[in-house]
Amino acid sequence: MNIMTEASVEQKLSSGTNEPSIKMKGEKVSVHYGEKRALFDVDLDVRENQVTALIGPSGCGKSTFLRCLNRMNDTIDIARVSGKITLDNEDVYDPKIDVVELRARVGMVFQKPNPFPKSIYENVAYGPRIHGLARSKAELDGIVESSLKKAGLFNEVKDRLLESGTGLSGGQQQRLCIARAIAVSPEVILMDEPCSALDPIATARVEELIDELRQNYTIVIVTHSMQQAARVSQRTAMFHLGYLVEEGATDKMFTNPDDKRTQDYITGRFG
Amino acid sequence: MTDAIASFGAGRRPVSIHTDDAAKARLKGRYRAETWFKWLGAAAVALAGLFLVLLLSTIVTQAIPALRQNYLTLPIDLSAAKVDAAKLDAVNYDAIAQEALTAKFPDVTSRQDKRLLRGLISTGTGVFLRKDIAADPGMLGGTVDYAVPLDDFADLYLKGLLADVGSDEAISTSVTPSQSSGDIDLTFGDDAMLALARGHGATEGENGMLTLTSGASSLLVAFNGGTVKLTALSPGANGTAVAKGTVIEALDSTAPAASGQAFLRVIDTPEASRKISDKVIVWLDTLKSAGLIESRFNSIFFFTGASREPELAGIWGAVVGSFLTMIVTLAIAFPIGVSAAIYLEEFAPKNRLTTIIEVNINNLAAVPSIVFGLLGLAVFLNFFGLPRSAPVVGGMVLALMTLPIIIIASRASLRAVPPSIREAALGIGASKVQTVFHHVLPLAMPGIMTGTILGMAHALGETAPLLMIGMVAFIVDIPGGFTDPATILPVQIFMWADFPEAGFQQKTSAAILILLVFLVIMNAIAVILRRRFERRW
Repeated sequence: MNIMTEASVEQKLSSGTNEPSIKMKGEKVSVHYGEKRALFDVDLDVRENQVTALIGPSGCGKSTFLRCLNRMNDTIDIARVSGKITLDNEDVYDPKIDVVELRARVGMVFQKPNPFPKSIYENVAYGPRIHGLARSKAELDGIVESSLKKAGLFNEVKDRLLESGTGLSGGQQQRLCIARAIAVSPEVILMDEPCSALDPIATARVEELIDELRQNYTIVIVTHSMQQAARVSQRTAMFHLGYLVEEGATDKMFTNPDDKRTQDYITGRFG
Repeated sequence: MTDAIASFGAGRRPVSIHTDDAAKARLKGRYRAETWFKWLGAAAVALAGLFLVLLLSTIVTQAIPALRQNYLTLPIDLSAAKVDAAKLDAVNYDAIAQEALTAKFPDVTSRQDKRLLRGLISTGTGVFLRKDIAADPGMLGGTVDYAVPLDDFADLYLKGLLADVGSDEAISTSVTPSQSSGDIDLTFGDDAMLALARGHGATEGENGMLTLTSGASSLLVAFNGGTVKLTALSPGANGTAVAKGTVIEALDSTAPAASGQAFLRVIDTPEASRKISDKVIVWLDTLKSAGLIESRFNSIFFFTGASREPELAGIWGAVVGSFLTMIVTLAIAFPIGVSAAIYLEEFAPKNRLTTIIEVNINNLAAVPSIVFGLLGLAVFLNFFGLPRSAPVVGGMVLALMTLPIIIIASRASLRAVPPSIREAALGIGASKVQTVFHHVLPLAMPGIMTGTILGMAHALGETAPLLMIGMVAFIVDIPGGFTDPATILPVQIFMWADFPEAGFQQKTSAAILILLVFLVIMNAIAVILRRRFERRW
């Protein structure tokens, strides 16, 4: 109850300043891998219909934080998460929350394109099918088509939907993975360095796509590219050695950061 | 210093630690080591290949004679006088067939010889005849030409495996017999025969008398439609030679045979050191030259059960036993093994207990197979009271043995599925079970199948554990079910290898060949599966 009021107050505040409402919220999030602590009391908000970029040098905990948001860290035996992460004010680590439902609401795109070794159609249709989102074949076809269209891939693959998804180029594979993620109609899409394995042209296409997807989804993206963060995100969070150094509007972070470490990092002095 | 200058001048290359003489020596040493290793490797491969070729060629050459069986066609009298159509089971078919055989050799009169003659055809003749008559009653009522399998010794002789059959040449001189039957004298036109007898191990007595004992090669002279076995030779008058001999087959007349009309048959192996007498050889040669003996595909070997008689022994019972056993093994080991592998690899927490289980599964794969046999004996037979010698128990024992192999292979191939596939499925909200069964397991399946087939091939060739649970029993009937007493291929091979009869030697090799064929087929399937479905992501 207490949390609810706090959250609603904050929502009021944000709407007052014409900021989008908070979709996900991390409070004092800490992660241990066995004895090693990877994340130290991170407080970070993810705002609705915005792209939040997580930047920082390798091993700073940004991917770890991202994987906390849809509980992908559960798959690592030794990972232990403390603190609190909410999605629409619900604690995602609450035992009452079904992790399958959470992951349907918070989709994920990975660093390396990882389409299933099945047809393009099956790749996209798999999510809706296991969640029972389509009542008929026609409806499923519709979901597949619209997802591929949203991912900007439909025109390239419409004639070979039954061919293997692994036969596509790297950039196409990554867009297929994005189509697969949006086919289950998530609210939030997490992207873990989605362009690191792509060439500049494919990267540009995916970045365009991210910008378009912002209209309908809340996006959190981990990136090593400062330019990418500057191009696609509205808000940026800087991580260093497991701590959240600084978080704020992207414009401000890249022009006038508060913290010296952020400045050093984005100007390429370390990292 | 001078060295350095010299090499500067000669090679125009700067001398460094990588170009000086010591470096060149080091480089040479490295190449030498490489060459050595390559040659050693090639030699090892060649040696292994040689052994393989040796093994296979030995087995194949030994096995080939067993693939065919000689049949003797006899006119069998099945008239109403001999066979009562109302009581077909009461007829002594063996006697009828033996009568047909002895009718071919009216000269054979002594009891001993008659028994020898009857032994030419298989003791299973009566059974075959009864079966065929039951299947086709139209055979009754007259005399039919019927092919009966020959006895194992006769068969082996005709395949050239029992005696060194030497030459069969025309005698280039005249031969004159004194009588047409019994112990007779033969007069040869020249004394060439004497030298020949000496060359074949005849014992020289006084007066130049040459005795051909049973330790010497047999010299058989065929002419005038009969055959005489020489027992002794001595020089005659006017450069002739006189021989004493025993008529094996009566001559038509005592007329002298002209040069080139008589034939000398030499059987190099002395009669004492072979299991077939000269008489039998002559009879078989006669039957063969009469066109009555025919070599056929050995359907008895492929399609019947075991027997004490080599010519009646078949592999089918063991093949069926092996097949039933393998079905049980597969039905038990595959689901349990794969389930255990999936649980351990995908679901089990990594703690001390699962580590202990893992180590023990790996250890289990190294347990001697006979120990599994002892376990089967103690638990399945003695404690649960399951039937002895049954494929169901054999299958259970082999399943225990195959289980660790399947678990290890399945875990390895599950582990080989990239984690990105699991993340992809989990990332769009698939549950753990959906992830495993929709994505991980299908990708791991070729590897699991390969491991399973190799495990099954291993089980198929296993002998020791099945000895413990009584599958070594001598079982004539072809097993009809999982609880029928049965034996399996490797045990059958083991038993046949143990039988003293010469005829089983070829059967053993042929059975090994069949087992090898099954193993090669199974391994080929494993290779094809691996090639076909290898790494599709």
